[in-house]
Amino acid sequence: MATVPGTFLPLNYWPVIIYLIIAIAFGILMISVGYLLRPSRPDPSKLSPYECGCLPVGDAREQFSVRFYIIAMLFVLFDLETVFMYPWAISFNRLGLYGLVEMFIFILILLVGYFYAWKKGALEWD
Amino acid sequence: MHPENIVEQIRERFPDEVQSSGSAFGQTWTVLKRDHLDDICRFLKDDPDVRMDYLIDVTAVDWLPRTPRFEVVYHVHSMKHGHRLRLKVPLEEDDPVVPSVSAIWRTACWHERETYDMFGIIFQGNSDLRRILMPDDWEGHPLRKDYPLEGPEWKFKPW
Amino acid sequence: MGLIEGRFEDNFITTKLDLLINTARAYSIWPMTFGLACCAIEMIHAYGAPQMDFDRFGVIPRATPRQSDLMIVAGTLTKKMAPVLRKVYDQMPEPRWVLAMGSCACTGNIYNTYSVVQGVDQIVPVDVFVPGCPPRPEALFYGVIKLQEKIMSGRYIRKPLFVQEDTL
Repeated sequence: MATVPGTFLPLNYWPVIIYLIIAIAFGILMISVGYLLRPSRPDPSKLSPYECGCLPVGDAREQFSVRFYIIAMLFVLFDLETVFMYPWAISFNRLGLYGLVEMFIFILILLVGYFYAWKKGALEWD
Repeated sequence: MHPENIVEQIRERFPDEVQSSGSAFGQTWTVLKRDHLDDICRFLKDDPDVRMDYLIDVTAVDWLPRTPRFEVVYHVHSMKHGHRLRLKVPLEEDDPVVPSVSAIWRTACWHERETYDMFGIIFQGNSDLRRILMPDDWEGHPLRKDYPLEGPEWKFKPW
Repeated sequence: MGLIEGRFEDNFITTKLDLLINTARAYSIWPMTFGLACCAIEMIHAYGAPQMDFDRFGVIPRATPRQSDLMIVAGTLTKKMAPVLRKVYDQMPEPRWVLAMGSCACTGNIYNTYSVVQGVDQIVPVDVFVPGCPPRPEALFYGVIKLQEKIMSGRYIRKPLFVQEDTL
């Protein structure tokens, strides 16, 4: 692997570093230009919470239903399954029949869990 | 059934309550006393030949130089038979109290709130009698004849 | 106060920079639609009816005061609604402008009664009045164009020409 002469830094990664520096500098530039240019006149009425013009009533924190949490958890699990399928899909040609059957077994194991969640009512939305 | 027959039936069952009645332009009206108004309304709603199950409106009229000053007007209609009737209840200026019909027709709750807000007529038995159109701290009843059209001097008060 | 607002004398750079800032503000006005009565229907026509298009002026309606710079008061303002209007105006960030659309918002129209505020400018400072009952959407476009001219003639980085003394 080609390196910068005399160091261990690979030559191919220079564009990445330059890109990172430009992105950070751009963000800082935008925020500082806004800070310099914008008017700033805070007053108590402007900073009060917005409730369509009326005085705010009640607490902003309310109870969330637990089904949001369940759906999010199931999403994370099946998303990771998809992530595992990406490298398998890329090197599909080299894996052959053995790879195909093994991936089917993997999906089957996760499908058992999916059917369990379905029957237990985790996907009900009412 | 023609509304005139309904008025006849009211006259039979409640002998002293009907002060007068009449009909003009195809619309029948009757003037009642306020004492047994809720019994009459319950009869109008429950009797199977009359079945006035739809209260269209509750409002009032201010006849200022004339006494009795106020007159509460109810319009009732029957969805089943299609006939309608106007009930009028005259009230004196110093005693503007009338029994509420919100237990019979639920829609009367807000109609009576509006009549209270605009005229100052108290509906006894209405569970939630407060202002509905004007702001909560408004003084005066705007649709009375002695209320100025432009309203009182108003100073804007933020929250 | 912003850090560089109203600080510099007139010269070539500050004039051109002011032109840039004013152009950016004038051609991307995002109104908060405060539709109260019938004028709101004509305002809806201006936003989305097939023959008319507000988007060509850069105008995109926002439903919230926090992300808008113009408040179009369209309709009759009643005395019960006046504190709500003032609070929503207060919650808009600077720079902010107000356009009073329709006769009821400009002067109260024929409703000189106990419940109607005789003109929105009793509650909030108004920049452009668009009369009509209701004004056609083309009249609202003309009002927004007038507002764009007002914004283009503003002085932001440059010092103001005169400062009004606070009178008693």
